[in-house]
Amino acid sequence: MAHSTSTLGIVSGRLDSELLEQNFEDLNAPLSKHEALVASDRCYFCHDAPCMTACPTSIDIPLFIRQIATGTIDASAKTILSQNIIGGMCARVCPTETLCEEACVREVAEGKPVEIGRLQRFATDNIMSKNVHPFDRKASSGKTIAVIGAGPAGLACAHKLATFGHDVIIYEAREKGGGLNEFGIAAYKSNDDFAQKELEWLLSIGGIKIEYGKKVGSEINLDQLQLDYDAIFIGMGLSGVNSLRCIGEELENVDNAVNFISELRQADSLLNVKVGRDVVVIGGGMTAVDAAVQSKLLGSQNVSLVYRRGKKDMSASIYEQDLATSKGVRIIYNATPLEVVKNNSTLNVKFGYTETIDSKLKQTGETFNLAANQVLKAIGQNLSEEINSLKISNGKIYVDQNGQTNISNIWAGGDCVTTGDDLTVTAVAQGRDAAIDINSQLMKQIKKEGQ
Amino acid sequence: MADLTSNFVGIKSPNPFWLASAPPTDKEYNVRRAFEAGWGGVVWKTLGSEGPPVVNVNGPRYGVVHGSDRRVLGLNNIELITDRDLYKNLEEIKRVKQDYPDRAIVVSLMVPCEEEAWKAILPLVEETGADGIELNFGCPHGMAERGMGSAVGQVPEYIEMVTSWCKKYYSKPVIVKLTPNITDVRKPAAAAQAGGADAVSLINTINSIISVDLDIMAPSPTIDGKGTHGGYCGPAVKPIAMNMVAEIARNPETSELPISGIGGITTWRDAAEYMVLGCGNVQVCTAAMTYGFKIVQEMISGLSEWMDEKGYSSTDDFVRQAVPNVTDWQFLNLNYVAKASINQDDCISCGRCYAACEDTSHQAIEMSADRKFSVIDSECVACNLCVEVCPVESCITMVQQEPGMIDPRTNKVVEEKHGDWTTHPNNPSAFAAE
Repeated sequence: MAHSTSTLGIVSGRLDSELLEQNFEDLNAPLSKHEALVASDRCYFCHDAPCMTACPTSIDIPLFIRQIATGTIDASAKTILSQNIIGGMCARVCPTETLCEEACVREVAEGKPVEIGRLQRFATDNIMSKNVHPFDRKASSGKTIAVIGAGPAGLACAHKLATFGHDVIIYEAREKGGGLNEFGIAAYKSNDDFAQKELEWLLSIGGIKIEYGKKVGSEINLDQLQLDYDAIFIGMGLSGVNSLRCIGEELENVDNAVNFISELRQADSLLNVKVGRDVVVIGGGMTAVDAAVQSKLLGSQNVSLVYRRGKKDMSASIYEQDLATSKGVRIIYNATPLEVVKNNSTLNVKFGYTETIDSKLKQTGETFNLAANQVLKAIGQNLSEEINSLKISNGKIYVDQNGQTNISNIWAGGDCVTTGDDLTVTAVAQGRDAAIDINSQLMKQIKKEGQ
Repeated sequence: MADLTSNFVGIKSPNPFWLASAPPTDKEYNVRRAFEAGWGGVVWKTLGSEGPPVVNVNGPRYGVVHGSDRRVLGLNNIELITDRDLYKNLEEIKRVKQDYPDRAIVVSLMVPCEEEAWKAILPLVEETGADGIELNFGCPHGMAERGMGSAVGQVPEYIEMVTSWCKKYYSKPVIVKLTPNITDVRKPAAAAQAGGADAVSLINTINSIISVDLDIMAPSPTIDGKGTHGGYCGPAVKPIAMNMVAEIARNPETSELPISGIGGITTWRDAAEYMVLGCGNVQVCTAAMTYGFKIVQEMISGLSEWMDEKGYSSTDDFVRQAVPNVTDWQFLNLNYVAKASINQDDCISCGRCYAACEDTSHQAIEMSADRKFSVIDSECVACNLCVEVCPVESCITMVQQEPGMIDPRTNKVVEEKHGDWTTHPNNPSAFAAE
């Protein structure tokens, strides 16, 4: 081994390959058939089930669990996928502890919910492993829709449109699809190249073509798309990163957490991923946790996750925070970065303590310093640029309840819209619902054309 | 600690828990280990006539209905009586009885329905020193096809006849084991009594097809593509068996006839339920076949703890105590009125009570927008379905309406005096009797 956890600087190969493999294996191992039967038996088949209401895609959870319990796993998978075509990935990355499993009546009663996420994975993995696609396309409508972005929102939209019989062209800025599932999620939540496998499986519906390396604004012109296609769906995500707005942010080795995660996810080998000995992650969301935990798993000696508000305010769930601390990440609450200073070969980050007074965050005046080789910023993302004449609200694309923008034939969904909430499952719901609205508008159009 | 010693028709055992005639009691090795584990007695697996023993299938003998986590809820078997040599069995019985004089050993028998056959085997059994015999008139598969087992148990006249032969050629207690595969269990019980039986034991197994293999289109367990009905036992049969026990216990004709209870007894509580319904002792099989002989330790400690709590010093103190409270529907008090009540603090808002009542019963539970469930007294008939489908024990209870209160469902005053169907105005026979 070339380096160790104590090697100064930002280097790769702090741990040997065996340990790395162990560190990055499935966070939640798949359920065996018997485990799934036992887990499914715990479901009470609630009336108007609270878990279903809590799911942004409204999967009929009691039904799919009962279908597992009765040995019809394909039917179970179809129940899931008919509401959420990315159900396989959502089973892995959804913060179920704040969604369906938090609402589960057994969580309320015993603090031990039905393992909905793992059961969903059991059903969806099973059907995908057999390479069965349970949906068919309707007869061709003759309409073609352009989808911008091959992330969860774009893919869900494209798939739904394909089932209606429309043709879809997806323009994806990167060289690979999957969006944040491919580039932005912790590796231990989506291992074994699952995002690409799910993408291929999803495309087997037919009628969807993806053009990679086509970025809106540079390679793709929205005005031209409007002329060329019957409708447009924008699911481009957020490509800009919010700045710390503190002195020294531009220094070398002050990086964006999303880039760090993306490089890790795309690395040929984890042995080649560089990480600092002393890492400071700034932020309070899932990206911050994913970056901090993975730094630790790569062999960083000291990883501090610093968040400006309290534990309960953090958008990463308590489960995620506990995961981070269990992996050795130190979480510091109520501290905001004031300045990054270069100190020989390392960095020094000065933080000011904060407190909330009358619901306003204020600095207490006390400060502390953290030494770091690497600072990762994870304080949210933004649209980075305005797009033609699309109405922007709170820095994101404005959409109505049907996912339609202020322009009549353009819909949008996912992280890039005002109603998004940074969850894969919400992006899927928005993509799917926009597709339904697009379809109903196109059907009206077809009817009119026929008259 | 309560005294668990049992004296069943003169057969003494340190506790009322016997192993039933079945695979666990087929040979010396098993029975010795059962006694070491603490079992009060055994009924040795059924012996047949002298000569070449029966043969068993060489494929699967058992099938099971599983609950969650593969709990054994019901067991089905197609095994026959002992397939070991008669004299070997007799030698072993004698040896074990000599070594365990304080334990009960009863020998189960099944020979052809001819006096000579019984006359031949009974002295051999007598010679072993065993405490009694049990006549296997219940085995529903295989042996019944040969005119034995349940083929005898289904004909009261045969039961009486064979029992009387046994009383003639055997000096110790004769227990008649009854089949449930009949319409009215009181008839064979009365026949056994008429034949001079010292006791009856019930139930033997119930005719059953446990499951069907949908790939090969055959019942399970499957032998070379075919299956046959077996005998069903285990926890699933307990309610059926307890009703049959109670029917015999409360029938004036057989109310003095001792009963040994059998059918799905798994815990001390099951045993206590059988005993208060009229059984002097109980016999266990499936629970032992599922968990091993050690379960008797829980049965002993559990029954003992319960007896201490209730102040019972011997098993005789509670045997038959529930029999007077088993009655016919027509005598149930129609003036007793109850209403379901949901404890909101315990409710976990699953809505199962609502789904059950709204979809399948009386639309007597309402659900608010924030998932609060409450009972509509003016619709509730106190059917108890909500209580039983609620996953939280005691969250929903049935509350008796005090006499003098108005039942909002009927708008009638709840009466204090007893009033049943025999005197109800809607009963045409109620007037005919006057």
